Amino acid sequence: MARTIIPFGPQHPVLPEPVHLDLVVEDEKVVEARPSIGFIHRGLEKLAEKKDYVEFVYVAERICGICSFIHGQSYCQAIETIMNVTVPPRALYLRTVWGELSRIHSHLLWLGLLADAMGFESLFMHSWRVRERVLNIIEATTGGRVIFGSCKIGGVRRDIDPAMITHIQSEMKTIEKEMREITTVFMNDRSVKSRLCGVGVLTKQEAYELGCVGPMLRASGVAQDMRKLGYAAYKDIPVEPITRTEGDSYARCAVRSEELFQSVDIIRQALERIPDGEIAVKVTGNPNGETIMRTEQPRGEVAYCVKATGSKNLQRFRVRTPTFANLPAMLKVLQGCDLADVPVLVLTIDPCISCTER
Amino acid sequence: MAFFQMTSLVMKWIFRKPVTSRYPFEPRVPLAGSRGKLVFTDGNCVYCTACAKKCPANALIVSRDKKTMEIDRLRCISCGYCVDVCPKKSFSLGEAHSSPVTTKSSELQIHKSGNEETGAPKAAEGNSTSAPK
Ligand code: SF4
Ligand code: SF4
Repeated sequence: MARTIIPFGPQHPVLPEPVHLDLVVEDEKVVEARPSIGFIHRGLEKLAEKKDYVEFVYVAERICGICSFIHGQSYCQAIETIMNVTVPPRALYLRTVWGELSRIHSHLLWLGLLADAMGFESLFMHSWRVRERVLNIIEATTGGRVIFGSCKIGGVRRDIDPAMITHIQSEMKTIEKEMREITTVFMNDRSVKSRLCGVGVLTKQEAYELGCVGPMLRASGVAQDMRKLGYAAYKDIPVEPITRTEGDSYARCAVRSEELFQSVDIIRQALERIPDGEIAVKVTGNPNGETIMRTEQPRGEVAYCVKATGSKNLQRFRVRTPTFANLPAMLKVLQGCDLADVPVLVLTIDPCISCTER
Repeated sequence: MAFFQMTSLVMKWIFRKPVTSRYPFEPRVPLAGSRGKLVFTDGNCVYCTACAKKCPANALIVSRDKKTMEIDRLRCISCGYCVDVCPKKSFSLGEAHSSPVTTKSSELQIHKSGNEETGAPKAAEGNSTSAPK
């Protein structure tokens, strides 16, 4: 059988992000996938040399539209480490709450897109309906729905008042109930299962060797979660990584579904135990030093490398985003899959091309 | 039975009002605390240019001599940094968003004491601190 090359993307109905794959197919089987990325390179790393290090928080947040808060948080943590700033505990708790809210909204978005990729439109709509509640909480507490803009070097820019805390707690109950209804369908529905079970299996060994991160790695049985490093309030609120052993698309869906409830639990604990006090400390001077900061985003581990030389602009800023780490694994699972499974497989790594290309 | 889980979810919602709104007919009301359009009160402003120096998007052009403040609405990202740095509290963030525009020429608004004009863009002059694109 002669080989045919089918171009997939950058504009494709199931892809929310512009990644281009050349799929080498034999009959209906994909034998190789060759990626080309770089469609939305924006030069954000270079911008660090132009912007003041305080202003750069806003740029860091815009690296990705979905993990925006955690990008800002990681950048602030990196600068705070260099400058030896002690962030007030209340700010750490608030960062945790917003970080987990963004994890919930990202996972719900992903579940919706997955349902959309397999043609389950009503499930897609229901996932996004619940996500809307989360976005409303985010809008009411930070002022932005996607770009939070609430993290700054030395703390956070907004506080959550007690009335709002009560409101979030009651909303969390509704959100949890509604998410339960949706994830039950994802986990048990026959049509969902037939599209996901046994598709794109990645063994524990392969996942580890290909350098996977986040839910992709945990679905293959490696218990790795950067929240265990204990940044922000995770030192007080222990996080146990959720793992599965199957390593297929269903396992990735299951890990993300369970992480939704884990995040609700973390938010609840954080809001109960949130200490009173300042939300930010004043930061003066310029950073001088170099550091690496690792945090857990909805898509996996992100690594920030920041180098400053005592001027108000950074000398070098580099981000290793989770999607970049998961791309080799995506190419691996695409080898030998059916052409019809390609959209689902591309989605199971939760690709965020805009942050990969920055 | 797995089949009936989706069915029950669908049955539960099929008789309810849609959660989506009929957008152009029912405009969305922003939630309290939303970061929307930047509002400038020029009575307090001393034209110190602090806001223009700090604005991450270079959306502000302040002229100390002419006492003018130009806000480039298409550049402003409603981050609120100028609200934080202004010593005179001349800025605040409204909840509603800026209305869409069809031409770039109306993006610069020039504020002078007491009245607000919307007009053609002015080139940055003299003492202004941030260059226009
Ligand atoms: S910082 Fe405040 S007082 Fe100074 S120019 Fe800007 S708006 Fe006016
Ligand atoms: S809100 Fe932000 S982007 Fe807009 S003018 Fe103020 S500092 Fe600039």
